[in-house]
Amino acid sequence: MTAMQGVFLFAAGLILWAAFMMVTRQNLVHAAFYLILALFGVAILFVLLDAGFLAVIQVSVYIGAISIMMIFAVMLTRGDVIEEDPVNKNYGWALLLAALFAFGLIILIGQWPAVASLAGDFDSSRDLARELGVALFSPQGFVIPSEVASVLLLAALIGSLVVARRQKGK
Amino acid sequence: MIPLSWYLILAALLFCIGLYGVLARKNAVAILMSIELMLNAVNINLVAFWRYFTPQTIGGHVFAVIVFVVAAAEVAIGLALIISIYRRRKTVAADEINLMKW
Amino acid sequence: MPTETLIWLIPLPPLLAFFLILLFTRKNNALSHTVGVAAAAISWLLGMLVFFAAVGVDHFGENPFRSAIAWLPTGDTFLNIGVMIDPLSAAVLFFVAWTVLMIFIYSIGYHNFGAPKGEHDKPGLPPHGAADHGHHVPSIEPMYARFFAFIALFAFGMFTLVVSDNLLTLFVGWEIMGLCSYLLIGFWYGKPSARDAAKKAFLTTRIGDVFMLLGIVALYSATGTLNFHEILRNENILHLLATTDSGVLGLSAAGLIGLLLFIGTVGKSAQWPLHVWLPDAMEGPTPVSAMIHAATMVSAGVYMVLRMFPLLSAGWHHGDPLTTTMTVMAFIGAFTAIFAATIAVTQNDIKRVLAYSTISQLGFMIAALGIGAYVAAAFHLVTHAFFKALLFLGSGSVIHGMEHGVLHTGDHVDPQNMFNMGGLKKKMPITFWTFLIGGLALSGFPLITSGFWSKDEILADAFANGHFTLLAVLSLAALLTAFYTMRQITLTFFGEPRTKAASHASENKLVMTGPLMVLAVFAIIAGWVGIPEHFPGIGGLLPNWFHDFVGSTLLEHPVAPDFSWVPLGISLGVALGGLGLGYLVYRKAGSEDPLRKPLGPLYTLMENKYYFDELYTKIFVQPAGVIAEKFSYWFLDRKVIDGALHWVAQNSIALGTFFRDRFEGPVISGVADWLAHSTAAIGRLLRKVQTGAVQQYLLVVALVAFGGLFYYLFSVLR
Repeated sequence: MTAMQGVFLFAAGLILWAAFMMVTRQNLVHAAFYLILALFGVAILFVLLDAGFLAVIQVSVYIGAISIMMIFAVMLTRGDVIEEDPVNKNYGWALLLAALFAFGLIILIGQWPAVASLAGDFDSSRDLARELGVALFSPQGFVIPSEVASVLLLAALIGSLVVARRQKGK
Repeated sequence: MIPLSWYLILAALLFCIGLYGVLARKNAVAILMSIELMLNAVNINLVAFWRYFTPQTIGGHVFAVIVFVVAAAEVAIGLALIISIYRRRKTVAADEINLMKW
Repeated sequence: MPTETLIWLIPLPPLLAFFLILLFTRKNNALSHTVGVAAAAISWLLGMLVFFAAVGVDHFGENPFRSAIAWLPTGDTFLNIGVMIDPLSAAVLFFVAWTVLMIFIYSIGYHNFGAPKGEHDKPGLPPHGAADHGHHVPSIEPMYARFFAFIALFAFGMFTLVVSDNLLTLFVGWEIMGLCSYLLIGFWYGKPSARDAAKKAFLTTRIGDVFMLLGIVALYSATGTLNFHEILRNENILHLLATTDSGVLGLSAAGLIGLLLFIGTVGKSAQWPLHVWLPDAMEGPTPVSAMIHAATMVSAGVYMVLRMFPLLSAGWHHGDPLTTTMTVMAFIGAFTAIFAATIAVTQNDIKRVLAYSTISQLGFMIAALGIGAYVAAAFHLVTHAFFKALLFLGSGSVIHGMEHGVLHTGDHVDPQNMFNMGGLKKKMPITFWTFLIGGLALSGFPLITSGFWSKDEILADAFANGHFTLLAVLSLAALLTAFYTMRQITLTFFGEPRTKAASHASENKLVMTGPLMVLAVFAIIAGWVGIPEHFPGIGGLLPNWFHDFVGSTLLEHPVAPDFSWVPLGISLGVALGGLGLGYLVYRKAGSEDPLRKPLGPLYTLMENKYYFDELYTKIFVQPAGVIAEKFSYWFLDRKVIDGALHWVAQNSIALGTFFRDRFEGPVISGVADWLAHSTAAIGRLLRKVQTGAVQQYLLVVALVAFGGLFYYLFSVLR
């Protein structure tokens, strides 16, 4: 077992444990913290996969922005911070479905020969952030998808403002 | 060295935990959080495939970034909806928001 | 501009004038008649240019002016609309252009342009006159502008007919004139007699027109074209038509078609037995529309048979026995000539005399054509148009003068009755002299007048070809013609005035007498173009131009009859004899016709036009009424049609009731209700699924989606 494998198994265990805790916690604030932990584990995996820039984005966007928003939302809807029963009455079916799905996916993965392949060498001197920027905004690259994504963001911004705005007289 | 299958299995398990959360949790905020877990599982897969099969290009990154964008948009809208619903019904329990029931 | 273009333009100015007057200038009398007369003048000018261009062309018969454009698509081919001027239509165009222009000018005076408005005048009635400084004077026609619109449309129809190069557009012009004659005869629609006369004219001519249309259709189906040039100058087609058996009465196809077309002429040119409408047509504004009918429109009928003569006589050559069709024409023409002439002798209305005279003279032409005297018929058509136009306009002038006298004296006598006239020679000198010229031309006064030359040629033709019966009949008709003409002149102009009105009659203005003088000139000189070459004394001084010119229209140039003293003697005898007799008998006539006593019942018979109107009333009108009442109304309408309708209706109701009770209720409604109830039940069952719990939905969706996904992946990848 190499150091890399050790780091991976640690991160994987962290992620799965935090995720499991997140979906089972009664206290939503706790759940949010477990979510942050799981996301952090994912950031570790990104580093392991030589995608340092993505790891940075993961930390800053997910942990720094999204998770904080979750916590705000939990506090804004504070009547339900601690639930009597965190799951609904269909949770048995949900569990069965998730388990079956996981089982099926693992079997599928096991049947694919390419999953045994290992990662090739990586030129660590590459400036991935720069390449990403060029790819996102060059006409030969992904300028249209990135523009569409920005329009989506704008729409989400305006839409959330409209939806969440307190109506007059209410 | 780490085989690709480790990442894929991890992503599958994480996805299924998120799925369970989405289907079973009562609280709408918790459902949103579970969706984030599922999206992260997808991101792990994307980046892993990039690293193992096409490290010379940058497409995997672009996909991951767009998933971030979608996640951010979804959270913004989702939370806005939850707050709006909470204001009207004083609850965020998904199984109590059954206005469309027959 | 090429001559063909000019020909295209000839009919258009009157049409334009018609619309201009009707749409814009109706309210302004002066503008309206200016437009009308200008249009007639332009057409006249174009007509003269074309006529003189035609005269200047060598072998014009072989190379007439022709121009055509595609008009109506008929499957793969086109019906062409086109114009053609050949020698015959050039001659007709000449007199039509002149007479039409003269009529337009004359109408201004006749309808009292410049006179004050009558206080009691109403549209649809003749003007009653107006008070002016204590005097009663004529008043202007209330529908002055409308009259010009109608005669403009009439002129359009006539020009169209003349320049047309095919039977179809000829028929169009023909029917336009039919419409206009209806409108003009019924111009004073306030008078019941005018309304009846209009209807009578329209319906009577319609009988002929239906047969003519049948003839046109038959001709088209037989030859595939209606173009004159293609049919009438094509020996193959004519030969084919002449030898094909039509299957009707043993006639050849050409004979049958010719006969059908000829029936159209019988209606239009008022030949026996369809002559009854023309005398009644004198109800129209005197004498302009009457003149249009008598001198122009009725000429159209003769023009048409002249035009179609090669078809009518297909298979006949000079000297052969006459074909059936030609025999029919000769018989009807000759019979009409003598028949109408006898009626004319007894008529007292100055216009009716002329109307019957017209019928009689048209009979001369038809008879001439029937014996193959093509050129003689055409010649008489031209000369007759001029002198009959002159006579009609002259009679109108007389009536107008008489009306003046009637208004002036307040002596309300019929201004058209010749026995109320007399002595007008001194009162109306220009009218007298021109009328005299016209009358002498009609009588065939020797050597000077045009009527002599044309009538003489008909008689000469009849004699030369051995049709002695016809010669006798026509000679007698000519004698009667001279007699009644002199009777008319004597009663009207000579002697002493018989009424106060006549003694106060006055001559008309130049706008009316001018056209009379112009036409009088033509009534004399129009005959000089056709003097036979071997006529003693003056023959050959002027070449027999008309014969060569019009004769070249035919493929086979007609032979001029050899000169003989017999027909000439007859001509001289009947003309001078008739004139002399007429003068002697009527010289001292009072208010009673001197012939009434000696002729007795015969006179009454002729005076009542052989009771043809009454006969037609008995044979056609009353039976039609009875059939309409008893058969159509009671039997067909009430019993058959209404009965069938009621039967259908009652059965429909019964059937409807049956369907409503037995089918609609149980079956249709039942099925529909069952469907609705079933749908509702299924809905009630299925709505349980709609729990409103989002996650439940998602669970199901995920289950199905993942199930499908795994099934696909495992079955494909395996």
